[in-house]
Amino acid sequence: MVKPSIEAGAEIDRFTIGECVHRGGMATLWSVTHPDIAVPLLMKIPRVSEGEDPAAIVSFEMEQMIMPRLSGPHVPACYGTGDFARQPYVVLERIPGKTLYGRLGDLPLSFEETRTIAGKIAVALADLHRQNVIHQDIKPSSVMFRPSGEAVLIDFGLSHHNQLPDLLQEEFRLPYGTAPYMAPERLLGVRDDPRSDLFSLGVLLYFFTTGVRPFGEAETMRGMRRRLWRDPHPPRELRADYPPWLQEIVLRCLEIEPVWRYPSASQLAFDLGHPDQVKLTARSERLARDPISTVWRRRFNRGLTQPKPKADLAAQLASCPILAVALDTAEGSEALNEALRVTAQRILATLPSARLACLNVLKLGRVTIDRTLDEQGNNKHIDRMVTLKHWASPLKLDESRLTVHVLEAIDPAAAILEFADVNHVDHIVIGARQNSFVRSLLGSVSSKVAAEAACTVTVVRPPRRAALREQEIASSKNPDQVKV
Amino acid sequence: MLLAVFADIHANRQAFSACLDFARAHGAERMICLGDYVGYGADPEWTIETVMGLVDSGAMAVRGNHDNAVGSAAESMNAQAQAAIEWTRGRLSAPQRGFLAELPLILHEEDRLYVHSEASHPAKWRYVQDSSDAARSIAATPAHVTFCGHIHQPALYSMSSAAKMTSFVPTSGVPVQLLGGRRWLAVLGSVGQPRDGNPAASFAMYDTGSREITYCRVPYDVETAATRIRENGLPRWLADRLLIGR
Repeated sequence: MVKPSIEAGAEIDRFTIGECVHRGGMATLWSVTHPDIAVPLLMKIPRVSEGEDPAAIVSFEMEQMIMPRLSGPHVPACYGTGDFARQPYVVLERIPGKTLYGRLGDLPLSFEETRTIAGKIAVALADLHRQNVIHQDIKPSSVMFRPSGEAVLIDFGLSHHNQLPDLLQEEFRLPYGTAPYMAPERLLGVRDDPRSDLFSLGVLLYFFTTGVRPFGEAETMRGMRRRLWRDPHPPRELRADYPPWLQEIVLRCLEIEPVWRYPSASQLAFDLGHPDQVKLTARSERLARDPISTVWRRRFNRGLTQPKPKADLAAQLASCPILAVALDTAEGSEALNEALRVTAQRILATLPSARLACLNVLKLGRVTIDRTLDEQGNNKHIDRMVTLKHWASPLKLDESRLTVHVLEAIDPAAAILEFADVNHVDHIVIGARQNSFVRSLLGSVSSKVAAEAACTVTVVRPPRRAALREQEIASSKNPDQVKV
Repeated sequence: MLLAVFADIHANRQAFSACLDFARAHGAERMICLGDYVGYGADPEWTIETVMGLVDSGAMAVRGNHDNAVGSAAESMNAQAQAAIEWTRGRLSAPQRGFLAELPLILHEEDRLYVHSEASHPAKWRYVQDSSDAARSIAATPAHVTFCGHIHQPALYSMSSAAKMTSFVPTSGVPVQLLGGRRWLAVLGSVGQPRDGNPAASFAMYDTGSREITYCRVPYDVETAATRIRENGLPRWLADRLLIGR
């Protein structure tokens, strides 16, 4: 086995080596070019000589397996891999700029800036988890941003792919990762829970807004294990001006038991995108850590923190979708809204971790100047919110699972589609328009949503008898209209 | 080259036909048969004729413990397997029995090894049940990848250059690259009598160029296969278990 030497000007599989960009403990990074590839490229080469950390080889193998499978804006594109038989390497798209690590000197950042950054990372995590990968090493130096704004996650050497062998699972007795960011269950050997990434993002959120790491910098196993029973100081204890909604989000991410965290990165991104709608619980008000009795109970009641059997990542994500119901409060019939509620209820009953966003579009005129008040002087926006909440109340949802949104738009279908896109909605439930006269003039909102949405759309109609009756009423008003 | 690898067909004509059709439709260029062509199922003659035909056109085949038991009364088996083998013995022609008796226990091809049970003691018919069983097999051969069956439950093991083991239950339809830096044991599920709770027939495809293995599950006419077993007076459980994949 003759290894080609790595130096500027050398060529490996038609990649021409340029300058060495970085020499890390596990790998070196080189800028490379390829005659057929126009984008800037980096070649990552593991340190595999005698005496190097065996983790360098295994984590390189994980990247070699995982990177070619990933796609989308939130990861660097992969352009080639080389095996240990000749020269191990991975060639990746070079993301311009620096990692978030460069911002550590600016901490604490403003709440608003941190919210935006964390929201982008949560969106990137949602996309990664959808591709069956758990990053397992989320920290500032693993996050970059594209010029267009999207977060890009890098360094997948410790990652877990739910459909590929986990070479790190049994190789090392100690958990590999970055101690301050590591989720408690990782210390128990659990590597297949996507909520571990949400914990790490919670650490980043806490650190970026307070300037303090919630679990310190302990590197020893003993120091790290404290997080299995000891909760961090609530951010409000450190900063009196800490917003309750943000403390709610941060402490939910940092829950010791994964089941108490957000069920998915999409749901976390949703809360980060709608701070005014975050359901505030006792978490948001805490000014001190848990009393010592609680900590002792956690420490000596090990049943709480025992690892669970292997999880199916796709099934777990499918169990906590974001559901959006579009309601037409102004023109929608009672029967239709009742049918929408029955449909939503059925979906929510089978998925206890799903959350529901109730949407209503306040239609703006194309030419007229809109008033925010109706003829009686009531605020239309607030009226609609009240109506949406009233519609949802029979569902008896915990408030953390329910949000209401009044969108103002000229084109209702476009507004619903945009909301679904921005908020990573998994399933839209919408009523079919009843009045065929109006539909023929304006086009159907539901058919446009169904045709153009990126997610599943359920179009709901009231039960047959009610629908027929309404059609009769409509046709008696417009006798010339053809019933559809 | 794209290989299709079949283990534990067990005289299940419906399952093997469905797998062969699937493999050919997905571009398989060469067939590898890992033994146990007979026993349990009701179509041993057809199955052996089919395997003989495949071998004539370039396929590779090794012998399994049930194939061995056809010609050797010394092979110890449970009562139902024994009943099935005795029934099978009476059905097979001399050339068919001769074909089984002459199959090798182990075959090498390039950096690959094919064996029914495992590579350390092929004639002892040991099951690969965990990482330590897999380590023993991998240590017994220089092959980059060993393909075996026998346990009727798919699994994929690897050994790193530092002799550390990993184990994995493969997801059907998702290719896994068998990285060159480590050595692998691909344990196949069963074509004709799956026992992992999924009644669909199980086999694998392997691309020798990209070194990617894809475990495949193929639904087949289980009811007919079960009916044939009952009609031929074989133990009823052998029919029932096909329906539940146990």
